[in-house]
Amino acid sequence: MSDRMTTRIGSLELPNPVLTASGCGGTGRELAPFCDLTRLGAFVTTSVMTQPRAGRPTPRAAEAPSGLLTAMGLPGPGVEGFLERDLPWLHEQEIRTVVSVAGNSVEEFAELARRLRGVSGVAAIEVNTACPNVADRGRMFAWHPGAAAAAVRAVRAHAKPGVPVLAKLAPDVTDIVTVALACADAGADGLTLINTVDGMAIDTGTLRPALTGVSGGLSGPAVRPIAVRCVYQVHAALPDVPIVGVGGVASGLDALEFVLAGASAVAVGTALFHEPGAATRVLRELEDALAARKMRLADAVGLAHKPAGYVPPQVRPEPPAAEAAPAAVAAGDSSKETTP
Amino acid sequence: MSDTPVQTSATVLTVRQVQDYHAITLVAPAIAERFRPGQFVAVAIGDAHSGRLVRRCFGVYEVKSDYGGTVELVFADTEPGTAWLAGRRARDQIDVLGPLGRPFRLPRDPVNCLLVGGGPGGAALFALADILHRRGCQVHFVLGGPTSRQVFGSRMAQRIGDSATVTTRDGTMGERAGVREVLPRVIQETGADVVYGCGPTSLLSAVTQVAGEYGLPSQVSVEEFLQQTGACGIGVCMTCVLPVHGEDGVTRMVRACHDGPVLRGDRVRWGDLGTIPFDALGAPRVLSASEGGSK
Repeated sequence: MSDRMTTRIGSLELPNPVLTASGCGGTGRELAPFCDLTRLGAFVTTSVMTQPRAGRPTPRAAEAPSGLLTAMGLPGPGVEGFLERDLPWLHEQEIRTVVSVAGNSVEEFAELARRLRGVSGVAAIEVNTACPNVADRGRMFAWHPGAAAAAVRAVRAHAKPGVPVLAKLAPDVTDIVTVALACADAGADGLTLINTVDGMAIDTGTLRPALTGVSGGLSGPAVRPIAVRCVYQVHAALPDVPIVGVGGVASGLDALEFVLAGASAVAVGTALFHEPGAATRVLRELEDALAARKMRLADAVGLAHKPAGYVPPQVRPEPPAAEAAPAAVAAGDSSKETTP
Repeated sequence: MSDTPVQTSATVLTVRQVQDYHAITLVAPAIAERFRPGQFVAVAIGDAHSGRLVRRCFGVYEVKSDYGGTVELVFADTEPGTAWLAGRRARDQIDVLGPLGRPFRLPRDPVNCLLVGGGPGGAALFALADILHRRGCQVHFVLGGPTSRQVFGSRMAQRIGDSATVTTRDGTMGERAGVREVLPRVIQETGADVVYGCGPTSLLSAVTQVAGEYGLPSQVSVEEFLQQTGACGIGVCMTCVLPVHGEDGVTRMVRACHDGPVLRGDRVRWGDLGTIPFDALGAPRVLSASEGGSK
């Protein structure tokens, strides 16, 4: 793959911008028969907590139009099991791994960051702020700029210096930009936008909520416009903070939409439930889409914010061999027609 | 690895109504050649632009070598996804993932096997019967349902089984009884050494219990539970979990699609399906003052 697809989240350089979304790729082993995870930008793990968790009783999922409503209750093996079985496997396979962490208290986030400190194979840490904060009567960290920032600060303070910290934010807030600013101030190297959208379905047969958790998180193409809006707004306010766009990415053009809105990377989530090889396909399609537009990924990030008539730097079709050309092309073709 | 599942575009060969159910035959050589009895397939509903993201999981009735390899599924039309599938026509293409999950374990020696089925799930027992016969096992069937139209494969069972007992609640076919009531008698008459089950959860629970009373091992497929709760079929979505206790005595929430659909009946906590038992690993606990304080 050419350097036209490389991207960067803080100090972490990725060969391409396509990731898996947390909670959608299992341990990685389940997807391995269907796609080569080493080819992806990174694999993002299911959120890890300090203790093993059984999660919620079934039914945990309900189908929604173009989406899926889920309330899992963050099931997982706990950090010990994760470090014993899951992370070593990912490391052995040389899969770049972003470890998602979830806590019910600021202290739990700090503890998780400490546990990941001396461990090899952690490319970055993603702070899942969509967790109930026990100290705040179970309200989500994500709902309050101060609480989300506190979780990020705790992870940043205890994580290995140099390992980027991403804050994953929920869209169900009055102003996501305020939360994003607070997290960036607290030391987040990047932001993952968005987590699922709170929703609910009622089973008209049983006359009761369809999910044991009553409400659940909506994901899939149904939420994509919400996610694109969040990415656009946050990128406008914080153009220098890398964003991982998540929410209903199912094709290369979906991914490109997020990139144009301001995402430096995208994550494929619910699509993996339907098509285990979706992430590598999205990568291939995004690469083709950028090539067709004669663009490098880096030049496409946030392009939708530019005034109409702006022409991004063009690149030649895939060079036949390694030449000194690319740099010259980039410099020579600086026809920046910024219209007034 | 030939047991690696594949995602393939399968051509519909036939769709037909069988009693109250639908049978669909798909040309899917890659799945047919990998299939082992007890495994299932996950079918994508709708085309690429469909709003339906959840795959539907079905046990496999039989695989044949015709047309390079066909896979036949039997299912009840219970919701919009199965209605869509029932509405397919010959030559339609559908996206199928499989074969998935753990198959039935087979006995090493030629023993007496009792195969107990109910509803469309009973269809999954016929591929098993075939392989057991080839291993020199005796195969006895017990099939049951509320009414004759909901007993799948009774004629086939009578033809290929060393014995076949059919029960219906309303007496429209076979004995007027529930499967559970005839099981002790059939176990004694057939001298069964092992019991296999596939069908509704209540049936599997009964099969496990009666087999246990006679000291027999039971292998059951929780395919129906998987159909109701599963979304991906490959173990990433975590929606099809049920409580199973392991050799170490610890109850874990395991994925029906990944650790099953065939499970040892005596390991499943049937009464606790749809719950997280309080003693399961990682179950929510009421934080006592001492525990809360230790944090």
